[in-house]
Order: sequence, then structure tokens, then C-alpha cells
Amino acid sequence: MGVLLQVKDLGFSYNGSRQIFKDISFEVQQGEIVCLLGPNGIGKTTLLNCLARLREPLQGSVLLNGEDMADLPAREVARIIGYVPQTLIPSFDYTVLEYVVTGNAPWLGTFEKPGPEHYQRAEEALQQMGISHLAQKPYTRISTGELQQVSIARAIAQKARLILMDEPTAHLDYGNQLKVLRLIKDLSAKGYGIVLTTHNPDQVLLLDAKAAIIDHQSIFHFGAWQDILTEELLSAMYGVPLRLIEVEGIDRMVSIAPSL
Amino acid sequence: MLLLIGVFLALSLGRYSNDPIKVLNVLLSKLGMNVPVDPAMVSIVFNVRLPRVLASVMIGAMLSLSGAVYQSVFRNPLVSPDLLGVSSGAAVGASAAILLGAGLATRQIFAFAGGILAVLITSLVPRLLRNRSNMMLVLSGIIVGGFLSSVLAIMKFVAEEQTQLASIVYWQLGSLASILGNELFAILPVFLVCSTLLLLLSWRINILSFGDLEARTLGVNLRQVRTIVIICASLLTASAVSISGTIGWVGLVIPHLSRLIAGSDNTHSMPVTLLIGAIFMLMIDTLARTVSTVEVPLSILTGFVGAPLYALLLYKQRTRLE
Repeated sequence: MGVLLQVKDLGFSYNGSRQIFKDISFEVQQGEIVCLLGPNGIGKTTLLNCLARLREPLQGSVLLNGEDMADLPAREVARIIGYVPQTLIPSFDYTVLEYVVTGNAPWLGTFEKPGPEHYQRAEEALQQMGISHLAQKPYTRISTGELQQVSIARAIAQKARLILMDEPTAHLDYGNQLKVLRLIKDLSAKGYGIVLTTHNPDQVLLLDAKAAIIDHQSIFHFGAWQDILTEELLSAMYGVPLRLIEVEGIDRMVSIAPSL
Repeated sequence: MLLLIGVFLALSLGRYSNDPIKVLNVLLSKLGMNVPVDPAMVSIVFNVRLPRVLASVMIGAMLSLSGAVYQSVFRNPLVSPDLLGVSSGAAVGASAAILLGAGLATRQIFAFAGGILAVLITSLVPRLLRNRSNMMLVLSGIIVGGFLSSVLAIMKFVAEEQTQLASIVYWQLGSLASILGNELFAILPVFLVCSTLLLLLSWRINILSFGDLEARTLGVNLRQVRTIVIICASLLTASAVSISGTIGWVGLVIPHLSRLIAGSDNTHSMPVTLLIGAIFMLMIDTLARTVSTVEVPLSILTGFVGAPLYALLLYKQRTRLE
């Protein structure tokens, strides 16, 4: 098991004044899922963006395969890290295949265009996601669930080994939420490292993932869910009573709210 | 191929003579063949019609290509090449030259300089405000464009009505009537270099059209690529406008038409845009000089042809625009 990403004493603030979070340290290994949890506005997405180098942290560093990410060229980072944004806002009606093939960008020179082998790689990524039938459809005309799969397919075509996802289930109906979680589980089984943000603590349990929590007091907790998730922490963090219970018949713990 | 036929037809049409055989003979004799030629026709074809035909082809291609590029980079299919103030800057430059009583060459240099200066100011504002987002650049373009149209209005206001004002208005409507061969050579390098660069970057332009966030997570050197692309597109527009005056609609409509024909992928649609823009402008300019005994300004025709065409395109795309 190789360590893909190491986060060391990371801190961030906008304009150097308001501290968003600080003293965040954890690592992500191959084949591991890490869920970022925390109340609204605490900085989950900001933290994720720091990992993707979309934002520059104020303190600390992010190591990618042991090298400080700040010193790596953007292209090198993109060869390892794929990013699946919360929503895609399509502007022109590219076909799904034309969109997914852009995952090859970090592997091509600035003036190069994708060749047959790059299109093949894109097709294979679509196949892995089970959406080959969408290849020639404009990506403006598919459902949000399908769009999420297309976005993940591009990260696969990118040959990324660590995939960051910003609330991958946010705009999906319940069925599609579970399908995407299933996909995430499959990806981790194939060795991809995955970091995702979520508002639903039960997803950590569903995915049997590690949890990275920025709680209501901006204190950071990290570890296997069995070690750090407690009813006290969850209730305090979200400001509502929450229960963690083992449910018979489905053989897993669930995080669930008691009767209102 | 269609372009070549168009060029030949355009060479054949004109006030002096409309005989394609004569024109064909002139061209063949130039290629070393022994055919009877009308000496006046030789002069007409090479000194009058050819520069003009080539100019219209080039200007059509330049405006359409830069329009397509701007639309992609600014993620907005309603954008035209004068978004960053190129046209208004060029108009102010040309008008200043007219007010100073300068000749045609000076007017063109002023127009080019004005156009480039306007884009420079536009791109400076986001730097000063320390916000380099695309949106800020667009807003800055609106600010600069708005300011320059007021400057232009003052110039028109103080211009001498019969001569200067008429010249300014005529310039703003666009025309290729007074085009000369050496002007073509002045913009040819810009055309070749910038178009080549843009066509080479066409796939990267796809990625720019996904927005900053996606482009960055794909490892694209966003600032570098976007700067090259915007500089090239602005140079193309400024060069075209400096010799023809402002010509509306081409840069907006042709990219739409091309995307409808070739799909949204810029690696396919940009070359198509280049060709269709050239053919379209050739048709418009040929109409402009043959449809009546006086020259019709180009923007009048591009508006009459372009606006209904745009409506037709929107009708065809209606299901995709929801």
C-alpha cells in the first residue's frame, strides 16, 4: 500500500485574516476512501481545493508521492490527481466522448491534439463506468447522474491515481446517490485513492471509509470511522441529536436521527 | 474548393466587365499560357479585383476565427470579437486620424494601435483589481468599450459635418473599396501566424471553454494558454478592422453556423469557421460592389444577411438551447 498524499499541518485563510482551518494532517493511501465531514461553511470544499492545488494553503504543505505539491508543475499534479467538481456547467454541447478525451490533457504537449490511442483510452474509461452508450451524445443532454459518471470517467481517462470529489452525491436522487457510492467503492477496490466531501455521515459507514472531520469548533479528527465516529461528536458537530446504531438484517452501523 | 470557385466568380464580377472567360484568360496567361488577353482586364483583375477579393477572404476568416475563439474562451456563444473593446478602440483611433486630416495609411495605423491599446487597457483593469477571473475581464471590456464610445461620440460631435463626420460614419460601417495590395501584405503575417497558433491550440481551447476550475485540474497552464489565445484573437480582429473598418455580425454568426455543421469540438469547427467566414465575406463584398452603382457599406449587408441567418440558426438549435 503506497501513500499517495500526505497533508502536513495545513492551514488556510482568505486574505490572511479569517482563519478557515488549521493544523490539518492526514494521509491517503492507494485504494483508500477518505470522507471529509463537517458542518456547513467550515471549509470542506476549501480543504479539498487545497489538495487539488486550486487554492494555496497559508500554512503547511501537501506532499504528493513524497514531493511538495507546491514545487510540482501543474501538469505533474494533474497526472496523479483527478478532480470531480460538484456540478459541471456545460457551455457548449461537446459529445461525451469529446469531453472525456480531454482527460488526456496532462499527458499531451500544449500544441498536441489527441490521437486514436487517446480516444481509445477515453472509450475504455466510458466502458469502465458502464456508459459507453452515451459516447456520441451531447453532454448537455444527459441526466445529472450520468453527468457525474462522465466526470468520473474523465478522471479515469486522466490516469489519475487519486480522485477528489466535491459532494459527488449532492444533486442526485436517492437511487443515483447509491449508484455513485457503489462506483466509488469499486474504484477504491481497483486501487484508486479517493477523497470526497459529504454532508451525510452515513455515507462514511456505507463506504466503510476513513473519516476526516472538521468539527463545529474547527478541531480536526482523522481515522477509521470505528475509531473516531461517536454519537457525541456527530451530535455536537451538527447541533442535532444523532444516533449510531447497528441495524439487524443489513449488518452495518448507521448514523441516523431519532424521531423529530 | 468552394472557396476557389467563389474567388474566381468574384474576380469575374464587377463594373468593367462580367466575362468569366476573359478573366480565365488573364489568369492562364499569368501562368505562362498563350491566350488572347484584354490588357485593361489584366490591370482590373490584378490591381483592383484581386487585392479586394483576397482582402475579403482574409478579413472574413480573421473575424470569424477570432469570434469563435472569444466565444469559447469566455464560455458564451453570444460574444463577438469586439468584446474586449477592439472595435471601439479602433474606431476611436481611425476617427482621431480623420480629425487630424491624416491620410489612409495613417488612419489604418491609428485604428490598429487604438484597437490594441483598448485591449491592453481592458486586460489591465483585472490586474489592478487583483481579480483575474474571466468575468472581471468581460466587465472590464464593457467599461472600456463604454468609455471609448463616449470618446467617439465627442469626436463625432466636434467633427466637421460634411467631410469628417461622413468619413467617420463611413469607416464605422466598414468597406473594402479602397483596399491596396500592400495593405494586404501588412496584415498577411498577422493572419498566418495568429491563425496557425489558434488552430494548433484548438483542442486546448476546448478545455478553456470548460471554465477555469476544470482547465486547472487538467494541468493546463491557464494563464499562459489563455493569454496567447486572447492576444492572437485580438491581433486578428485589430488587423482586420484596421483595413476594413468595423464589420458587424460576421464574428458572431459564422462560428454558430460552423458549430452546427462540424460540431462543438473546436479541432473540427475552427477550421470550418475559417473557411466559411472567408466564403461569407467574399460573397458580402462581391454583393457590396455589384448590387448597385455606388458601393454599399459592408456592415449594412452583413446585418441584412447575418441577422436573419442568426435567427435561422437559433431556430435550428432551439431544442439544444433550453
